[in-house]
Amino acid sequence: MNPAFPSNRASALGFLATLAFGLAILFGAPHVLDTFGLVQCTGFAALAMFGLSQGFVWGFAGVMSFGQAAFLGLGGYAYAVSVINMGDSSIPVLLSILVPMAFAGLLGYFMFYGRISDAYIGVITLTVSVILFQLVNATSGSQYRIGAAELGGFNGIPAIPALNAPGHPDEPLDLEGIWYAAMGALILVYAFLRAVLAARLGQVIVAIRENETRAQLIGYDPRLYKLIAFMLAAGVAGLAGCLYANWGGFISPTVFALPMSAQVIIYVLVGGLGTLVGPMLGAVLIQALIIAAGSQTLVDSNLGLGIVLVGFVLLVPQGLLPVARGAALRLVERVRAPRPGKAADTLVTESAR
Amino acid sequence: MDLVGLLAFNVLTGIATLILITLGLGVIYGMMRIINLAHGELMMLGAYTAVMATGAGVNIWIAMLVLPPLVVGLIGLILERTVIRFLYGRMMDTMLATWGISLGLIGLVTTLYGNVVRGVSTPVGSFDIGRYGASLYSLVILVTALSALAAMFLLLRFTKFGLILRATMQNPRMAAALGVQPSRIYMATFALGAALAGLAGGVLAPISGVSPAMGAAYIARAFITVLGGGPAIITGTGLASTLFGSINELVSFKTTPVIGDVALLTAAILLIRVLPQGITGRYLRRSL
Repeated sequence: MNPAFPSNRASALGFLATLAFGLAILFGAPHVLDTFGLVQCTGFAALAMFGLSQGFVWGFAGVMSFGQAAFLGLGGYAYAVSVINMGDSSIPVLLSILVPMAFAGLLGYFMFYGRISDAYIGVITLTVSVILFQLVNATSGSQYRIGAAELGGFNGIPAIPALNAPGHPDEPLDLEGIWYAAMGALILVYAFLRAVLAARLGQVIVAIRENETRAQLIGYDPRLYKLIAFMLAAGVAGLAGCLYANWGGFISPTVFALPMSAQVIIYVLVGGLGTLVGPMLGAVLIQALIIAAGSQTLVDSNLGLGIVLVGFVLLVPQGLLPVARGAALRLVERVRAPRPGKAADTLVTESAR
Repeated sequence: MDLVGLLAFNVLTGIATLILITLGLGVIYGMMRIINLAHGELMMLGAYTAVMATGAGVNIWIAMLVLPPLVVGLIGLILERTVIRFLYGRMMDTMLATWGISLGLIGLVTTLYGNVVRGVSTPVGSFDIGRYGASLYSLVILVTALSALAAMFLLLRFTKFGLILRATMQNPRMAAALGVQPSRIYMATFALGAALAGLAGGVLAPISGVSPAMGAAYIARAFITVLGGGPAIITGTGLASTLFGSINELVSFKTTPVIGDVALLTAAILLIRVLPQGITGRYLRRSL
């Protein structure tokens, strides 16, 4: 069986295994880790969700968005600005999803309905995020404010109120509560994207990635489906931005900057393109490496990221998870080889998907 | 009237800057269909070359106009041999790899020279347009940009090397059958594009802060201009630079440079919606 197209049963098992694993981390981490470790893991969860967004739009829709950080930043800023104005965090969370989606809808309309090539999409999304960075960076001074929220230019917005139980703005979540919110949201978003991919919508999106002309001849409009996928991913990135802002209680224009867009590409490339678990694992792995590298001052962390990116493109373009899956598959085949007539089952190897 | 004169001069300078920062990118993209995301960092290396050379006492003009293209062209050659040549025909992978190179170069320069802003002093003074003073250095940028554009045109149009270059890009197999080694030509083209990026970095070093991340300030404009220009390198770069440079400068004059960049981007996205292949994808298709 081709590992790229797992059977439904194997796929469902992998999904359940991932869910169980996620739930175990969700409830286990507060008991195992100290507060510092838990806060760090909250950051990982936010960035893992950011990785999911890139993994979905690039791996499944085949849309080469090089500026996913634009949506992360928009989500973060939408949350920060609205929560400072409103107090209660329920509507700001929704806005952190809807604002990036609306922006993606507008941008995507021009890109997809203009039928520009994949490379152009990469360049335009990248350019948009760079210019958003410059724009927000230039908003220092008290004249740049939205309601009660000063944008603060390159200093960012400090002291962003944390999430609270709906309707109780005076009771913000503590650090443990934010962990449950972030990790819980990550699990929900993962399940949601799996559901999308299992549904007709996801099937069409993948079909268009595989062969755009054929999908179009069957009667699907690739422009529309790419736009939908692009907007969904933008919403996910926006929610990740909201969690990111909650994680440190702070947001600055660096969320829009190029290194952010590059990092999320690296998460996906390292973890595995065309999977959802891969980008999450990649996010945790790369962030842990960056933190480890950050404690030494000899070499700039960009150098390491650049080498990882070039190295993976040249040597392991399919990413770690598919490589591991392929290795496991070969192992299973070798073990089962003496028994002819029984095809290698992919149950074991697919559990990671 | 003086103000109009000054504004016209600034618009011309803006167009020239855009030509300068776009030409290297345009050569590599137009000839090889590679979007070089490390373009901004190659410019940064050019600027550092200028800073280092003037620091070492080299004549400022040589340090700005001669050394950066040579040094960065050589670096481009090395990058092409070690990374890019394995990825021809895989457009997305080349973009990712050049992005990796971009990060790597930022990290390398930060490690070596620190994350500080350096500068080169402008070698010339200013002159008057009526009541207003304008920097004479803008004139240097103008002349350099137009010379570079003209030189590229002459190279591609009238030399044997240019002919071979264009032939290889049109049909590498036929060129190979006639005794040209396409891989050599690709190598030379990439080095040429890198050298042009180095030149841009060197020339712009005196008017911009030289720091490891300086490339990011230019690449957005450069990429969008290449896309707007379309397949014909010289005509496309010239036309798109004129269009976007004017918009950028005029809006910047009315508001701020950042809003000018936003206007440039908006104009480019609208343009690409109408002309997905860029200006020369529809008009003047047979030009260079």
